[in-house]
Amino acid sequence: MATHSIKVTVNGTEHTADVESRLLLVHLLRDKLQLTGTHIGCDTTHCGACTVILDGEPVKSCTVLAVQADGRQVMTVEGLEQNGALHPIQEGFTQEHGLQCGFCTPGMMMTSYALLARNPKPSELEIREAISGNLCRCTGYVNIVKSVQYAAAKGA
Amino acid sequence: MTTTAKPAASDAPKTLPDTPPEVSGLGHSMKRKEDPRFIRGRGHYVDDIQLPGMLYMDIVRSPYAHATIKSINTDKALKIPGVLAVITGETLAKFNLHWMPTLMSDTQMVLPTDRVMYQAQEVAAVIATDRYTAADGVDAVEVDYEQLPVVVDPFKALEPGAPVLRTDKKDKKDNRIFHWEVGDKQGTDRAFSGADVVVKQDIYIPRIHVASIETCGCVADFDRVRGQLTVYMTTQAPHAIRTVFALVAGHVGLSEEKIRIISPDIGGGFGGKVPVYPGYVIATAASVVIGKPVKWIEDRMENLQADSFARDYHITAEVAAKKDGTMTALRIKTLADHGYADAAANPSKFPAGLFSICTGSYDFKNAFAEVDGVYTNKPPGGIAYRCSFRVTEAVHTIERMTDILAHELKVDPADLRLKNFIAPEKFPYKSALGWEYDSGNYSGALRKAMDKIGYAALRKEQAEKRKKGELMGIGISSFTEIVGAGPSKHFDILGIKMFDSCEIRVHPTGKATARFGTKSQGQGHETTYAQIVAEELGIPAAHIEVEEGDTDTAPYGLGTYASRSTPTAGAAGAMAARKIRDKARKIAAYLLEASEADLEWKPGRFSVKGSPDRGVTIQEIAFAAYTNHPQGMEAGLEAVSYYDPPNLTFPFGSYICVVDIDRGTGAVKIRRFVAVDDCGTIINPMIVEGQIHGGLTMGMAPALLEEISYDDQGNVQGGSFMDYLLPTAMETPKWETDKTVTPSPHHPFGAKGVGESATVGAPPAIANAVVDALAHLGVRHIDIPITPEKVWRILKEKGVAE
Amino acid sequence: MIPAPFDYHPASSLGEALTLLERYGDDAKVLAGGQSLLPILKLRLGRAGHLVDISRIAGLDYIKEDGGFLKIGAATREAELERSDVVRKKYPILDDTTAVIADPLVRNRATVGGNLAHGDPGNDHPATMLALGAQVVASGPKGERTIPIDKFFTGLFATALAPNEILTEIRVPTPPARSGGAYIKLERKVGDYATAGAAAQVTLSASGEVERAGIGLTNLGPTPIEAVEAEKYLKGKKPDDAAISEAAKLAAKAATPTADRRGAVDYKREMARVLTARALKLAVQRATGRA
Repeated sequence: MATHSIKVTVNGTEHTADVESRLLLVHLLRDKLQLTGTHIGCDTTHCGACTVILDGEPVKSCTVLAVQADGRQVMTVEGLEQNGALHPIQEGFTQEHGLQCGFCTPGMMMTSYALLARNPKPSELEIREAISGNLCRCTGYVNIVKSVQYAAAKGA
Repeated sequence: MTTTAKPAASDAPKTLPDTPPEVSGLGHSMKRKEDPRFIRGRGHYVDDIQLPGMLYMDIVRSPYAHATIKSINTDKALKIPGVLAVITGETLAKFNLHWMPTLMSDTQMVLPTDRVMYQAQEVAAVIATDRYTAADGVDAVEVDYEQLPVVVDPFKALEPGAPVLRTDKKDKKDNRIFHWEVGDKQGTDRAFSGADVVVKQDIYIPRIHVASIETCGCVADFDRVRGQLTVYMTTQAPHAIRTVFALVAGHVGLSEEKIRIISPDIGGGFGGKVPVYPGYVIATAASVVIGKPVKWIEDRMENLQADSFARDYHITAEVAAKKDGTMTALRIKTLADHGYADAAANPSKFPAGLFSICTGSYDFKNAFAEVDGVYTNKPPGGIAYRCSFRVTEAVHTIERMTDILAHELKVDPADLRLKNFIAPEKFPYKSALGWEYDSGNYSGALRKAMDKIGYAALRKEQAEKRKKGELMGIGISSFTEIVGAGPSKHFDILGIKMFDSCEIRVHPTGKATARFGTKSQGQGHETTYAQIVAEELGIPAAHIEVEEGDTDTAPYGLGTYASRSTPTAGAAGAMAARKIRDKARKIAAYLLEASEADLEWKPGRFSVKGSPDRGVTIQEIAFAAYTNHPQGMEAGLEAVSYYDPPNLTFPFGSYICVVDIDRGTGAVKIRRFVAVDDCGTIINPMIVEGQIHGGLTMGMAPALLEEISYDDQGNVQGGSFMDYLLPTAMETPKWETDKTVTPSPHHPFGAKGVGESATVGAPPAIANAVVDALAHLGVRHIDIPITPEKVWRILKEKGVAE
Repeated sequence: MIPAPFDYHPASSLGEALTLLERYGDDAKVLAGGQSLLPILKLRLGRAGHLVDISRIAGLDYIKEDGGFLKIGAATREAELERSDVVRKKYPILDDTTAVIADPLVRNRATVGGNLAHGDPGNDHPATMLALGAQVVASGPKGERTIPIDKFFTGLFATALAPNEILTEIRVPTPPARSGGAYIKLERKVGDYATAGAAAQVTLSASGEVERAGIGLTNLGPTPIEAVEAEKYLKGKKPDDAAISEAAKLAAKAATPTADRRGAVDYKREMARVLTARALKLAVQRATGRA
């Protein structure tokens, strides 16, 4: 089976890779680019632990082929902090105890990042709807909502 | 059974916090020290580990619940470039590693040599250069099975003539595993025969799965030159694993001082990462044989179908009472479905865990409970899904029975509870089934919950809604939990006593490192443990580095599960810190040229009584410990404590849930849920609240959504997230929490542990609410999960469906 | 969760895509959003030797009103439909539908065309399109053809599309005045397929009788179902509670559900009735401006 040479810009840096057609975007990020902040939590596209931003939209990177990201922009959790400054979302999750084991957290934050980009002042219901594709077992979601509200208040 | 009652007053501080924010001892909602790496995506989970030369393992699994393996053909798989080996039971049998002991002294297969006993059982393992090739290898392994009759129903498993499953056990003629009983059978039977009122109910608590977002896995790395094995593993109990590995594989050259188990960051445990899973053993064997690191990470479907099931108790419960509502006796008979091996993660003397907490918050004079374990063609287990050991089963039973009794007597369920609660002055309280509850204030918690939710107004609203045919329910759960296993007299895992430990070293510049024998999987130990030590020594929590999970450095402990960390390791932390404080006092006396008796301590400083300006800080003492300690005293400032808890601890609470039922679809909507919890002294209110939010959600999920079941061929239903339903932010209500604080008298600072309370208390609150909504139609009980279809069927039967 | 190996072919034009489909025949599958196809490949429940990616073809994603239709390019993401002002204002039944497809993240990738072309009775758009009396446009080597939606779903995971055709556009007739529609999905949790779903689109005459009723059912049979008897029954009647109730009963009769973890046959059939009634009520309210 042929491999494809692809160029994917991740967190502002362009990467070239030779990949099998079937390589999942999440594995490109984790295994080839060593960006292990994006996690894998299921095999049926339910949990959202693998959420990244693809051309501005949050998507489940386990259900995108790396080749589909050729020529595209990807943002992962590693791209939130800029020049040593935490993004308000990252601050929010710390201040409001929006994480416990941390495994769903990168996905939650990327979804929240995208939400606030589109809707800077979401209601609680809108936040819950936005993160309804991201599963968490630890927090019961209450503090995740608060974390996003914190970030919204800070003008994320 | 009895526990050694030590009514010594604990050092439970009266009002917290009593340290300034810079120190951040107990009671501060200190932001978590572990967050910085997680919010940057720099957590270090097992699948993040990449070692040079690392290989990948994937597992071939049985499609059948019970079958003989006629042949395993690995030719096609081995032809795939990158597939290096296929390991089968035959391979492992050469090293006598094809079977292993379980934590309950049963045995289970690592890989089968002749037959499989459950669908998704491990059959062979493919080792390859990358995970994609390993998956292709699994696809290419050809296994020829001959199906055997399947035993799925545990009741049928006990019928004469049922196929005997454990034919590997010499002389085994049936599918029984154990019979366990507790309490006074005769006294209880007498109480029942003389009772005014008896209520009886069958209750089934189905099989569920913890489904932490990170699945299980490991990287096993055997260094041939040094004979050293390092295994990075998703384990809640690294030391226990190390010892088990040494005992089980000692004969193939693994020696305990050369085994290192490292639990890195763990993405949720909840009990599911306590057992030794076959995958860990196979990966280790592969690494030993091949001499390269081997990584194994399970898929979600493998996780749901093959490991860490919980519950699966078939219960028949009876409560006897007087006409006036005084509960007099409790009698319970349970059938426990353990799958094909008893791989429960219980303390060894407790095959049914701590089920005997089933007398709950009530003052039963008589009680008797018996549990029979049985084999079936299902995965082995059961672990405890965030509930100490079988405490959810016990609490669900007693809280449902209390409501059933209230319904029978036509009294308000809150009133019935208030009448029967163990009164505060009765603590420490000796239950009819042998536990000594340390402290409790049950009516305080319930009244607080009732106030907060507006109970009286809700009952009025319900009455009015009923007239209009609207279905609204209010459910109460007033639970007592039993956690913190446990005193060495009665608690061990595979013989290892269930103490826990802390080792603290204070450095010359006044900072400290504290290592513990437990292992956080999200509970925030790096923060809360630092707060414990900060409270005792006055060293700022920000200056205390907490470490857990590396068996090379951490003192021996039994791990984190069953809400035991704060009661055991947290206590050890306080005790070790107190030893340090004792030595610090000596150094302070030396530095201040005063006698020890003349010194007084405020967090972080000793001063001379009456001359508060004459003092030394803990930092100055630490420096002196290395530079200016008294002659004859050893240098350094450190201590270790192995803490043997004198008793378990008994967190408690009252939860009230309000539901509205859609008469068309049967859907249950939680309108409000108030949780009042009492975990004794609170280390970090923010973290405790977070634990309760999460626990409530993991209590709601089994109540309404989660179930793993099997058809009559043993095919699993609910084996992927398509059908095993985890609640999203949309199904999860906005939890309302509050607290009372009733310290534990025997714990060094009065804390009890809280991680699992809500998972235990929530399901019956919800179930009681739904039944309450339908009680006026004559409904008494509904088994969880209470799906819309179950409710709809009742509505239809009662003629009130839309 | 690793797919078996396959070849990937990104098409830059429709013609190229069609050529590739022709070349690889049965061994090829169209890839657009991939939110139905990739999960199947990852679990190795289905195989394909070749994926032809049409998501890079310019001009296949649009939402516009034209010539009496709402025209939706097949490669339009569900999220775009969800954000479309014209859809929210004039086609609320579509808004209802798209909002409950899977979850928000999946909707950022999933396409409207894919939701139809997959032929899955569990997908949500089919019932709505049946209720709306939509058409789909299929492009093949010989050009375009229009397929009415009630001829489109031919069996379980089977549609009227030939293996060498690609669904390129969906056409929804712009409803006349006094029209309203609604889609109601019963799901166990967000992200699930429907336990049952009902789409209802009605047009009322000036005196308030039903001129046209379209009713579609989700996940209640091997294909999406049009409740034809229920539709016929409502025609010419005032859509009061009694008529709606009767129509809902007829819709339930049209359902042929199978039992699974979402529910037993009788429960699903009853839900067809309950949801159809609710969808009709809401459709009528919207048609009369009361919702």
